[in-house]
Amino acid sequence: MEEQVAPYVAHEQKQPLPPPASDIGIIGTTRRNLFATPLDSVLTIIAGAFIVWAAWNIVDWALVNAVFHGSDRTACTPQGGGGEGACWAFISAKFAQFMYGTYPFGDRWRIDLSVVMLVVLVAGVAIPAVPYKRLNAILLLGVYPVITLVLLTGGAFTFSGGLISFLLLIAAAVTISDVSSDPAVGFQSTPVKAAAAAALFALLALLVTAFISGSTIRFLDFRFTPLSLAALVASAAALVMVVAVGVASRRGGGNVFGVFMPTIAVIAFIAVLSADFGLEPVPTNLWGGLSLTLVVALTGIAASLPLGIMLALGRRSQMPAIRMLCIIFIEFWRGVPLITVLFMANFMLPLFMPEGVTFDQLLRALVGTALFSAAYMAEVIRGGLQAIPKGQYEGADAMALTYWQKMRMIILPQALKLVIPGIVNTFIGLFKDTSLVYIIGLADLLGTVRRGFNDPAWITASTPATGLIFAAFVYWIFCFSMSRYSIYTERRLDTGHKR
Amino acid sequence: MSPRSGGSSILTNPTVRSVVIQVALIAFLVGFTWWIVANTARNLEEANIASGFGFLSARSGFDIAITPISYSSSMTYGRAILVGIVNTLIISGSGIFLATLCGFVVGIGRLSQNFLIRMLATVYVETFRNIPPLLVILFWYFGVLSVLGGPRGIKENVFGVYLTNRGLQVPSVLFDPLAWVTFAAFVAGLVAVVVLARRNRRTQLATGERKPLLWTALGLIIGLPILAFVVTGLPAALDFPRATRFNLAGGFQIRPEYISLLLALSIYTGAFIAEIVRAGIMSVSKGQNEAAAALGLTRSQALRLVVVPQAFRVIIPPLTSQYLNLTKNSSLGLAIGYPELVAVGSTVLNQSGQSIEVVCIWMVVYLTISLSVSVFMNWFNAKMALVER
Repeated sequence: MEEQVAPYVAHEQKQPLPPPASDIGIIGTTRRNLFATPLDSVLTIIAGAFIVWAAWNIVDWALVNAVFHGSDRTACTPQGGGGEGACWAFISAKFAQFMYGTYPFGDRWRIDLSVVMLVVLVAGVAIPAVPYKRLNAILLLGVYPVITLVLLTGGAFTFSGGLISFLLLIAAAVTISDVSSDPAVGFQSTPVKAAAAAALFALLALLVTAFISGSTIRFLDFRFTPLSLAALVASAAALVMVVAVGVASRRGGGNVFGVFMPTIAVIAFIAVLSADFGLEPVPTNLWGGLSLTLVVALTGIAASLPLGIMLALGRRSQMPAIRMLCIIFIEFWRGVPLITVLFMANFMLPLFMPEGVTFDQLLRALVGTALFSAAYMAEVIRGGLQAIPKGQYEGADAMALTYWQKMRMIILPQALKLVIPGIVNTFIGLFKDTSLVYIIGLADLLGTVRRGFNDPAWITASTPATGLIFAAFVYWIFCFSMSRYSIYTERRLDTGHKR
Repeated sequence: MSPRSGGSSILTNPTVRSVVIQVALIAFLVGFTWWIVANTARNLEEANIASGFGFLSARSGFDIAITPISYSSSMTYGRAILVGIVNTLIISGSGIFLATLCGFVVGIGRLSQNFLIRMLATVYVETFRNIPPLLVILFWYFGVLSVLGGPRGIKENVFGVYLTNRGLQVPSVLFDPLAWVTFAAFVAGLVAVVVLARRNRRTQLATGERKPLLWTALGLIIGLPILAFVVTGLPAALDFPRATRFNLAGGFQIRPEYISLLLALSIYTGAFIAEIVRAGIMSVSKGQNEAAAALGLTRSQALRLVVVPQAFRVIIPPLTSQYLNLTKNSSLGLAIGYPELVAVGSTVLNQSGQSIEVVCIWMVVYLTISLSVSVFMNWFNAKMALVER
């Protein structure tokens, strides 16, 4: 056989030729990104010209021609050497007002303290590496609002007897559900049944007091009507009985302290709010600026999440009456603009109340925003609930979990995780919507800026634009950082369930 | 399993329990409503306010700056509210149009190959999504339009378009009676195009042959009216605004309130629509594009026949809610005095004290708008939805 000799045999892998010089390096990148086609080149030139023009004008307005120092409008007028650019002197003169509103000077440390506590607690909850998440969350959601309320208003609230009985009743109800969920005790034992009956009696008594008024009795420095005093006694009795059962059942082991928790929390709540710490009372009409914006936004956020969860669960409930009511509630709020809701809260809430009950204007706005954003939150959460596969519901049922156990331990953790972006978007929307409260007369950040540029001492052609751009920047920082945090969390929690 | 003893079986029976819960809830709500109604009735009686909608036929006594339908201060509250509703519809309609335009351009721009275009679109979206719309409205009104120069001693220009602190003055068109022929020609052209498109579609389904439509359609919709316009002897004239000593005379004045609100709403909503459009286009898988190319479709055919129809299915539901948001945000016109429903309503409310009735009117009008838009968009969505075979 004739030997076949190949003319050329490569003995090693040949390196590929380098790409043409026009495709790599700066030239290649530029070409790919900016001048890929003739149309692209035209677009690049137009966009580039626009960017240069815009940047030139912005720098010109905000830096070159701007006025940075001055005590009143004359600095920003053409006579004073300004008028062409921004009037930053206006911002620095009014900065404290934009932050604190008309909150008394000597008491502004109270706002500062609240903000510092908020930053520390939120950082503790938001940064994954920080330990003691549970404690932090309890402090943030349970303790912080009460402390801030006392700090900002000055505390020393007067509680009506009915409200105290009601709070105690809530403590009793929570303790009863806690103790009776222990299979060793159950709902069958006589003391638990007696406690439940007493609690039911207290509830009925409280409902009746809403309709009839009686003479007042002073007890422990609070005003009671005979019926609300009866409700108080009944709730206390229920508490004592159920706590006794709880302590007895957990003597062998288990969290004895937990039985007392609700009672301690309610008593501490009443004590802190009604105690006089010597803080000067500050009425809410003095609140304003960014601090008021934060108060409205954070209250709305804190109220809308639980309300939204309840509404979303209600909308998917098996019970037709509850489902119908939730659908009507949600679709009603989602169908109308927030501004009409605020008007409604402002003009109609006082009409709804019995004689003598007055609503703070801030509280009216808070009720309006909370209900409004709860409806949006409910729809976001419903989306999450629908995305959970049916097997999860059935699996939880097969484990003989009760409805609330199923929701709390199986469904909601997964559903809420799925819709974190939606929830944060609702928060961002709520934060932006707080600017509307200025229309009903509250002085939030936008409201103080708006009032600021109507101040005769500062009326110039460039003041409104400067003030509004400053406000826009503040809103932007908050909303943008929230959206970035949501993206970060979404990536961190993405444990691969998403399809 | 045998039922357990007495009380517990009733307590733990799910049916009984759900009935009890629902009855208790309804009883509570009825009681609560009754309590509120009783309180309200007493409070109204104390304030000497007669409830009911009788006030709508009373004389309003206030003027409205922008009146698309005839109105004067001697007309009724009802008429004033009607003007407000028409203004709301006008601003929502024009805002939706402009926001869609802006959103689609920017949304496609965010996916551009071109770095500068992409960057500009991103900056636009991230800026305006994170700023309250009310602030943008105030910015245009107080920061930009209010500080423009007045019309006094303004220089005339060729286009007849003037932007002053009193708004935008543009030439207006004065139609002669004969102009109806042009409009009729336009409508006829539209109808003809629709009929033609349907016939082409049938032909394509039957034979697979696609007939070009674009130039015929343009000719029918644009050419026919122009022809009619010329043949009937140009029955229209442009009325240019003229600079008089103190003011601009003639032409059509677009109020600064309207311009501010329109710009702010469409820029704000446009940023959201851009994100929706981007998500919609990105949701069409790459394979679809490649398959279209493999079938020999041109780039524009692939876009029109393959990508866009699929992207639209993703885009339409969130787009609907943005349209509704824009309509609801138009109520912010109140802050700058654009006389839409809420602004007019709050004047009526302050004058007459009929807060409950006015709030009811607001709610009913907005709920009607919301529901009808969502019904329409649901119909449109169902028409566009993927029909699985």
